[in-house]
Amino acid sequence: MSAPLPLPVWVDRVLMPASALATAALAAALLLLAIGENPAEALAIMLRGALGSGEGIGFTLYYATNFIFTGLAVALAYRAGMFNIGAEGQATMAGIGAALMIFAAERFTQGLLLVPIGIAGAMLFGALWGAIPGWLQAWRGSHVVITTIMFNFLAAIVSVYLLVNVMGKEGSMQPETRLIADGSQLWTFQALFAALGITIPATPLNFSFILALLAAFVVWIAIERSKFGFHLRLTGAGNESARYAGIDTRRMTVLAMALSGALAAGMAVNEVMGVQHRVLIEFSSGYGFVGIAVALMGRNHPVGVILSALLFGALYQGGAELAFERPAITRDLIVTLSGLVIFCVGALDQLYRTPLARLFTRRVVR
Amino acid sequence: MDALALLQIIESGLRLSVPLIFACLAGLWSEKSGIVDIGLEGKMLIAAFAAAVAAFLTGQAWIGVLAAVFASTLLGLLHGFASISQRGNQIISGVALNMLAAGLTALLGNVIFKQGGRSPPLDGAARLPELALGQSAMTILAISAVLLTALALARTRFGLRVRAAGENPAAVDNAGASLTRLRYGAVILAGILCGFAGATLSLGQAAGFLPMMTAGQGFVALAALIFAKWRAWPAFWTCLLFGLLDAVAIRLQGVSLPGIGAIPVQAIQALPYLFTIVLLAGFMGRAVPPRAAGQPYVKER
Repeated sequence: MSAPLPLPVWVDRVLMPASALATAALAAALLLLAIGENPAEALAIMLRGALGSGEGIGFTLYYATNFIFTGLAVALAYRAGMFNIGAEGQATMAGIGAALMIFAAERFTQGLLLVPIGIAGAMLFGALWGAIPGWLQAWRGSHVVITTIMFNFLAAIVSVYLLVNVMGKEGSMQPETRLIADGSQLWTFQALFAALGITIPATPLNFSFILALLAAFVVWIAIERSKFGFHLRLTGAGNESARYAGIDTRRMTVLAMALSGALAAGMAVNEVMGVQHRVLIEFSSGYGFVGIAVALMGRNHPVGVILSALLFGALYQGGAELAFERPAITRDLIVTLSGLVIFCVGALDQLYRTPLARLFTRRVVR
Repeated sequence: MDALALLQIIESGLRLSVPLIFACLAGLWSEKSGIVDIGLEGKMLIAAFAAAVAAFLTGQAWIGVLAAVFASTLLGLLHGFASISQRGNQIISGVALNMLAAGLTALLGNVIFKQGGRSPPLDGAARLPELALGQSAMTILAISAVLLTALALARTRFGLRVRAAGENPAAVDNAGASLTRLRYGAVILAGILCGFAGATLSLGQAAGFLPMMTAGQGFVALAALIFAKWRAWPAFWTCLLFGLLDAVAIRLQGVSLPGIGAIPVQAIQALPYLFTIVLLAGFMGRAVPPRAAGQPYVKER
C-alpha cells in the first residue's frame, strides 16, 4: 500500500502548500536572524515594497506574469506525467524566435500585425524546444528530466552564439539584439490606462499580463474540461490505462511537451516584446526554475498557479525592495526561499501528509 | 600545433577534469544505490563556498577542504532525508537543493565577504599548492577515488550491496541488510566526493569563491555519468575527455584553423550535452540506469 494517504480536497490544495510555505518562511526567518537582520522588519519592508504603492503592485504583477507562464508550463507537463525542468531553455529559445520573426517581418509591415507574428515566433520556438525532449522520451526512451536539463544548457550556448555572431547589435559590447520595431512592442498598462483617461505610475507591467490570465483560462478549459485534457491526464496517470483506452500516449507526450514549451514562451513575450524590446543575454534569469516552485505550490492547477505566481511576484518585488533598503540582504534570499518551498512542497510531501491525514480523516477500524 | 602546446592542453585538460571526476563518482555512488542525484551542482557549489570561507578565515587550505566536505555532506543528507526517509520525489528534491545552494551561497557570501558575493582572492597556504605539471594533490586524490570506487563496487560486500540496492532493493531487504543504511552510506559518500569537487574549484582552479562558479559542471558530471553508463573507469575517461574539450575550447578561442576557419567556442562547449542526448536516445549504444533508481522503496507489498 504505497498510495498517498487520502486527504479532503481543501486540505490537499490549501493546507498542504500553506504548511510547506510556513516551514520555508520559518527557515528563511531563521536565516535572517543568523545574518543579524530582523525578520519582522524584513517582512514589513517586503510587504510595503510589493503592495504598498501603485508602482510596487505594477512590478509585482509584472513578475507574476513571468511566473504564471512558467508555472503553467511546468504544471501542464506535470499533469501529463512529465517533469519539465526545461522552461528556462524553452523561454530562452522563444525569445530568439520572437526576435527572428519580428526582424524578418519588419521588412513588410511596421504595424500591429507584428505582435501576433512575434508571439507566434516565440511559441513556435518554445514548443519546438519542448517537443524534442518529449519526442526523445516517447520514441527513444530517454528521460525527459535529463534531456530538458541538457536542452537548457544547449539553449544558453546557442543563444550566446546567435547574439554574439549572428543577430547581435553592431557596435555593441554586450551580446544583445537591436530594438524590435515599435509596432511589435506590447502596450504597457500605463498606456492602456491612459487611453481610458486614468493615470497610473510607469512600471514594466504590460499587455502580457492579460495574455497570461488568458493562457491560464485556456489551460484550465483544456486540462479540466476537454476530451484532450482527459486524455492528457490519463496519460499522466500511467501509460497502461491510457493505452487500454485507446489513447496514443506517445503523441500525447510530445504534444504535452510542445504545449508546455509554448507556455514557457509567454515569459519571453513578456520580457522581449513587453519590457526590454530586444533580446538580452540570459534574459530568462531563473524564472523557468522558479516556475517549478510556482507549479508545485499551486498544485499544478491553473487557479493555483495564478495564486502562487502572485505570491512569488510579490516576493520578487518585495525582495528587490528589501535588497535596496538592507544592503546585507540580496535578492538571493528569494532564490533560497524558492528552493526551500520546492523542497518542502515537492520532496517532503509525506512529512505533512501523514499528520494532516491523522487530523482530517476519520479513523477506519480494520 | 607543437608538442609544448599539446602538453599544455593535456595538463589543463586533466586539471579541469578533476572536479568533474569527483562529482561524477558522487553521482555514481548515489545512483548505484538507487538515489537519483540532480543535486551534484548544488553540493559542489556549497562545497566551493564553504572551502573559500574556511580557507579565508583560517588561512589553511586543508581546513577549507574539510569544511567543503562537511557542507556538501550536510546538503547530501537533506537529499537523503527527503529521498530515503520521507520517500519523496528525488528529482524535485535535487532541483530544490540546487536552488537552495545557489541562493544561500550568494546571500551568505555577500554577508561574510561584503564584496557582492565573491570572496577576496586567496593566496599562499589558503590555496591548494601545485605539485607538478599544473596539478594539485586533488588530481592524485581523484584518480585514487576512481580506483577505490571501481574496486569497492566490484569486490567488496558494501559495493555489492549498494549495487543490489539500486537494482533490486527488495532482494537486499529480504536478505536482511538495511536498505536505509546502505543508501544513506552511498549518499554520504556522494557528499564527501562533491565536497572535494567544490574545494578543487575554489581553492585549486580559482583563487576564491564566485557566485555560481560551478557554472553547470555538476550537470556535465551527470552527463558524464550517463555517457559512462554508470561505471567507474569509463566515468574517469569521459570526464577526462570533457576536461580536454574544455581546455581545447579555451585554447581555440579566436584562433583560425587552416582550412576550417575559426571554430566557435560554443560548438565545443555544446559537445558534452549533445553527446549525452544522442547516447540517451540510443543512437549510439544504450545507457541504462540502475533499475530501481528514482523509486522510493516501500517495504510491504
